[in-house]
Amino acid sequence: MSELKSLLVQGLWRDNPALVQLLGLCPLLAVTTTVVNGLTLGVATAVVLLATNTLVSLMRRSLVPAVRIPLFVLIIASLVTSVDLLTNALLFELHEILGIFIPLIITNCAILAQAETVASRQPVGRAAFAGFSAGLGFCGVLVVLGALREVFGAGTLFAGMSLLFGDIAAAWRIDLPFDGMLAAVLPPGAFFGLAVLLALRNWARERRAAARGGAALPVGDAGA
Amino acid sequence: MTEGSLWRTLSLVGLIAVAAAALVTASYEWSKDRIAANERARLLQSIYDVLDPALADEELQPVLVSATDEALLGSEDPIDVFIAIDDGRPVAAVFATIAPDGYNAPIRLLVGISVEERITGVRAVRHRETPGLGDLIDVMKSDWIRQFDGRSLHDPEAALWAVDKDEGAFDSLTGATVTPRAVVKAVKNTLLYFSAHKQELFEAAARAAAEGDGAGA
Repeated sequence: MSELKSLLVQGLWRDNPALVQLLGLCPLLAVTTTVVNGLTLGVATAVVLLATNTLVSLMRRSLVPAVRIPLFVLIIASLVTSVDLLTNALLFELHEILGIFIPLIITNCAILAQAETVASRQPVGRAAFAGFSAGLGFCGVLVVLGALREVFGAGTLFAGMSLLFGDIAAAWRIDLPFDGMLAAVLPPGAFFGLAVLLALRNWARERRAAARGGAALPVGDAGA
Repeated sequence: MTEGSLWRTLSLVGLIAVAAAALVTASYEWSKDRIAANERARLLQSIYDVLDPALADEELQPVLVSATDEALLGSEDPIDVFIAIDDGRPVAAVFATIAPDGYNAPIRLLVGISVEERITGVRAVRHRETPGLGDLIDVMKSDWIRQFDGRSLHDPEAALWAVDKDEGAFDSLTGATVTPRAVVKAVKNTLLYFSAHKQELFEAAARAAAEGDGAGA
């Protein structure tokens, strides 16, 4: 139990792929203009992470080190292509909006990093759960950033959720009593929003470290 | 690398490649009909969006023909034109016009025109205009594109088919100059093309309908 909990904390907070490892920033910054866009890409990424980790872990004993990276890429690419086709078939309108970003999940380094550092060294259950919690952590950041940018950029929250959840979700839309600032929806808004989240996370971390009486821990590893 | 490990490597790579190909093929086979149906439904739905609402209840038979005119329709390739046929009579045409001079990329439009050469509706179906500025041509974002409804080459007269910034009769969009200009021009050009080639298009549609290959309806 405590092991599962520590894996979950690791994916969601301590080693969050987006906030700590800073991996997969291209799709993260590009699609998070609304909650529904962030949520869809987040779920698609999490599904791919979970499936990749499981498959890689299953074959970890027969992996040949010299060809492991091409094999990881092959596995990730075929999974993403399938996810892309399935979203196109089942969630047509959202697929139109997300466009190129679902195929681009292939280039999300967070997935390759998980395959290399976790899945190829851990038993299946652990690897799958680590993939799930990292996916959840990534998805969470996409949703929070999407919400931030939607509130400040468009003055709404949960607009267009019916694209994902059907007609009942049309009523979830909240209109806030102000118009948005365009800047939040445009690319600079993505960087500002992510910077705010990073600052908040680092602040929380330092406070905790200080409360424990220790010196502030070094924050975040820079990643690609 | 020893002989044995080379074989092992090759067979592992081969095995995974085959499994990956099988997965992609299965997803493709499963989803291709649904995707095609989605696309057809969207296109047919959009046709009704730009037709006279009075036609919505009729059992229209959309017939696909094509038209090529780089100067007026924005592409050197043939573009799709749906001729709506009601009881054997053509009642309207829907052009999948391209406005070649969009801000970031060509703007794909659907332009509905009645037999009387009046615009019944215009929609931007695919574009990459700037969010918050040029993308207000999208009917989901603003009503701007509805100002063409009911217009014709005589209303306003040809010289006034421009945005108000250029002393024309159409509203512009704050902060976007290129986008509205491109759309107004493309709609006007489509009207010009229809006006010049109406008979030709209707005859082509009648022939196509007689041959029984209606548009993918």
